[in-house]
Amino acid sequence: MSNVRDFATGTSGVASGDARDFVTMTIADQLFGIPVLTVQDVLGPQRITRIPLAPAEVAGALNLRGRIVTAIDVRRRLSLPPRAADNQGMSVVVDHKGELYSLIVDAVGEVLSLPGDAYERNPTTLDPRWREVSGGIYRLQGKLLVVLEVARMLDFKRAEAA
Amino acid sequence: MDDLLREFLTESNESLAVLDVELVKLEKDPNDPQLLGNIFRLVHTIKGTCGFLGLPRLEGVAHASENVLGKVRDGDLPVTPAIISVVLESLDRIKWLLATLEQTEAEPAGDDADLIRRLNAAANGEAAAPAAAAPAPVAPAPVAEAPAPVAAAPVAAAPEPAAIEEAAPVEMQAAADKPADKKEQVTGDIKDSSVAAQTIRVNVDLLENLMTMVSELVLTRNQLLQILRSQKDSDFAAPLQRLNHVTSELQEGVMKTRMQPIGNAWAKLPRLIRDLSHELGKKIELVMHGAETELDRQVLELIKDPLTHMVRNSADHGLEMPADRKKAGKPEQGHVTLNAYHEGGHIIIEIADDGRGLSLAKIKQKVLQNGLATDSELSAMSDQQIAQFIFRAGFSTATKVTNVSGRGVGMDVVRTNIEKIGGTIELKTQEGKGTTFTIKIPLTLAIVSALIVECAGERFAIPQISVLELVRAAAGSETTIERVNQSPFLRLRNRLLPLVSLRDMLRLSNGEKEENQETFIVVTQVGNHTFGIMVDRVFDTEEIVVKPVAPILRDVSMFSGNTILGDGSVIMILDPNGIATAIGEAMGETEAAAAAASATSTSGERVALLLFRAGGDAPKAVPLALVSRLEEVEANSIEFSNGRPVVQYRGKLMPLVSVEPGYDVKREGRQPVLVFADRQHSMGLLVDEIVDIVEDHLNVELVADRPGTLGTAIIAGKATDVIDTGHFVTMAFGDWFKAKTAEGYGDAKAGNRRVLLIDDSAFFRNLLSPLLQVAGYEVTTAESANQALGLCEAGKDFDVIVSDIEMPGMNGFEFAETVRKSSRWQDTPIVAMSSHTSAKDMDRGRTAGFADYIPKFDRDALLQTLSQTIASRGAA
Repeated sequence: MSNVRDFATGTSGVASGDARDFVTMTIADQLFGIPVLTVQDVLGPQRITRIPLAPAEVAGALNLRGRIVTAIDVRRRLSLPPRAADNQGMSVVVDHKGELYSLIVDAVGEVLSLPGDAYERNPTTLDPRWREVSGGIYRLQGKLLVVLEVARMLDFKRAEAA
Repeated sequence: MDDLLREFLTESNESLAVLDVELVKLEKDPNDPQLLGNIFRLVHTIKGTCGFLGLPRLEGVAHASENVLGKVRDGDLPVTPAIISVVLESLDRIKWLLATLEQTEAEPAGDDADLIRRLNAAANGEAAAPAAAAPAPVAPAPVAEAPAPVAAAPVAAAPEPAAIEEAAPVEMQAAADKPADKKEQVTGDIKDSSVAAQTIRVNVDLLENLMTMVSELVLTRNQLLQILRSQKDSDFAAPLQRLNHVTSELQEGVMKTRMQPIGNAWAKLPRLIRDLSHELGKKIELVMHGAETELDRQVLELIKDPLTHMVRNSADHGLEMPADRKKAGKPEQGHVTLNAYHEGGHIIIEIADDGRGLSLAKIKQKVLQNGLATDSELSAMSDQQIAQFIFRAGFSTATKVTNVSGRGVGMDVVRTNIEKIGGTIELKTQEGKGTTFTIKIPLTLAIVSALIVECAGERFAIPQISVLELVRAAAGSETTIERVNQSPFLRLRNRLLPLVSLRDMLRLSNGEKEENQETFIVVTQVGNHTFGIMVDRVFDTEEIVVKPVAPILRDVSMFSGNTILGDGSVIMILDPNGIATAIGEAMGETEAAAAAASATSTSGERVALLLFRAGGDAPKAVPLALVSRLEEVEANSIEFSNGRPVVQYRGKLMPLVSVEPGYDVKREGRQPVLVFADRQHSMGLLVDEIVDIVEDHLNVELVADRPGTLGTAIIAGKATDVIDTGHFVTMAFGDWFKAKTAEGYGDAKAGNRRVLLIDDSAFFRNLLSPLLQVAGYEVTTAESANQALGLCEAGKDFDVIVSDIEMPGMNGFEFAETVRKSSRWQDTPIVAMSSHTSAKDMDRGRTAGFADYIPKFDRDALLQTLSQTIASRGAA
């Protein structure tokens, strides 16, 4: 986490005109980012109700101040092994077409403003399952940040087809 | 106020609001012929209606301004601000007159000579003198000011038409106050009418939003109360109590704003019926009761179309032509009756006609034609069951497609729509008397009462409306879940209830199966299907707010929504329709099998049969209705008494009999046993394996000469031995059974009592004779009424006669009547035995001379009835 913080202070001054703000998060030691404006809430561990027969990526549903939010297990979506038992995970709540979805990740970092010139399109060698949900990659100091495309992440049919 | 007048006021005010806008537009664009035509038409309508209603002042003004507009339209006059002003002035006068009319129900005194003069002058092309002269003394607003308020009015009025369309049902309620409403906007200086002050028009979306917010509030309140319960002596207790009350009242209040009298959905029906009666040449009267019964407008909207369709159907198909009615001894005028009332959180709507009723013959024909069922299946069904076929897709019995109905949009659509909103529809019909449809729907869709259940540690909600009852089944208790080839069943009041395991259905278990000591069964009804949902625990019922599931979960048909419970957790709401669909075809079969088992079982009809294997590979079958339980006993618990295997069963010794002689009882593992029980006696039939329950025709084709087998039939495509249970019962109990039975069945010493059994089905005769013999009767069988009468003539005597009702040739009723009238058997009691035991049938049976009426396959009832009948006869 300290790397990120250093990086953040290092880049905040360099933010160019087309810089974008991302909420960063880690999943299996990989850094991910979601455009800050799509994020509604960041939650700690939640009581999640399982939804039987739902796609495997759906972890369940949770109550966010009276609204029912569908929880997506990002690890499962990316075909990663389940989280360690001692990590209860955190949730990033995003709005997609008026519905709220909670993305369960290992940990949530902070908001970074990333300059456009650090952006790369998806490398062709990226795992198809990842390429699907990735909106590109930002080169950070010592780390790479994968941009998560929320809309594509919620499109499970594509996942099955892939 | 007169309805006609009220309508006129409403309509005119609406027209005037439009006119204001149009005239201002015309001033800007004087050469739009369409606009002019429209204005002219509106004024013309007002004039025409005034004349019709006898309102001379209004008519005068309207006439004069129509003249002006007519000339403008014809191009005789140019559009000038002066002309527009004078026409607007006339409109203001009309508005003022209308307002007075609404308040006093009469035109005010005075005349409009000055205005009319100026209008006429304008019409004649004279440069109308601006209204320098004082306007008519009664005129409310100075003419010079007129355009200003008018210009303002359209702005206020403009959103109205849109709102009206959107808020159709609300509009009706508001219709009464609409004139006042408008007036308020247009002529602000007129005192607000009292009606207007009491009502406002609100966009329906706003109400919907309010409702959603209140629902949230209710949920939050529930959460708070839950927390409070866990804390004693909290400072929050008192304020929370108040919050609780206020929330409840608020909820009630907001619900009320959404409530609409059902009469709103009926508003178009009188007209519909009137048109129909002309079109069809029938005399129809529409009777409506309970039009004031209120229900949620959302629900109202959804049932409007089905209701209209059904009323149309009743008038078109239900009622006969006047001539036919006369012939049938009914008044020429037919009635279609609508009745609505509340019943415990639901609204019941009945649509009844006193017409010809559903023609069962036609339905049967159509069923056969469409291949929905076979002839023999149909004959096994009750009249009501057959009538239900009209709810199947693509089913219309109207032989010709009329303009009115029978266009393929059938009752199936009606039923689907009603079920969609969690309602049910039932149908009762009597040929010649009429048909009644009963619709039961929830009052509101927003908040429903739901049963909370638990399965595999997860909680689910089941809408209360689909839940019939709860049954607790525990190992070792009276009610146990029995399995046939893994499929679970429950015996519920002499019917086999198919069960579905929620655990399996929702794939909740992770591979390993937990066997529970006790299981709760939620008996659920969807349409005509009844099935049980097996769950681990049942909690309370809770009022829940149904929220739709996220779009990515829409494919999961098992859930109709989700909600947040009082404790703040999210819970999925099970959709009984979805579950019924998921178990789909299997469901239909077992349903029919259960129905068949309870209804009838004569040869050639479909019967539920239990298939099993015992000694040899050939499958064996026994009618399921005869088996009382399926058990598996531990092989090492089988003991031997007198060299015969017995097992301790429910505190008694139960003899075990093998199908084939020399059958080896299993030494280890579990031994499947079919238990046959007669009152206090049980015997077990040892089998190798229980294969399946099938529903098939039972035609014993090869009569066996082996004891214990009735014969061989083709069941499920295989030659199958049908076993003779009577034989094994005798084997199990031997002689002592007779003595016991005689004792068990009361004072009538069954021994030597002679019974005549009349049934056209060989299978049934074969099934019953051993049973009666075992009970100590001397049984003679006859396969037809005529054969029985032959026995009578031949001088045979019996103590009691048991007769089937449906038989080829002379049926049971006729037989009883014949016997009662003039035969030696006049005094011999006759007991009817039939699959149809409705009150009507019983009455008919009693009139025909039957001593008693028993359902087929109820052996206990048969033996009991026989002994009672004989006893009472002995006493007489």
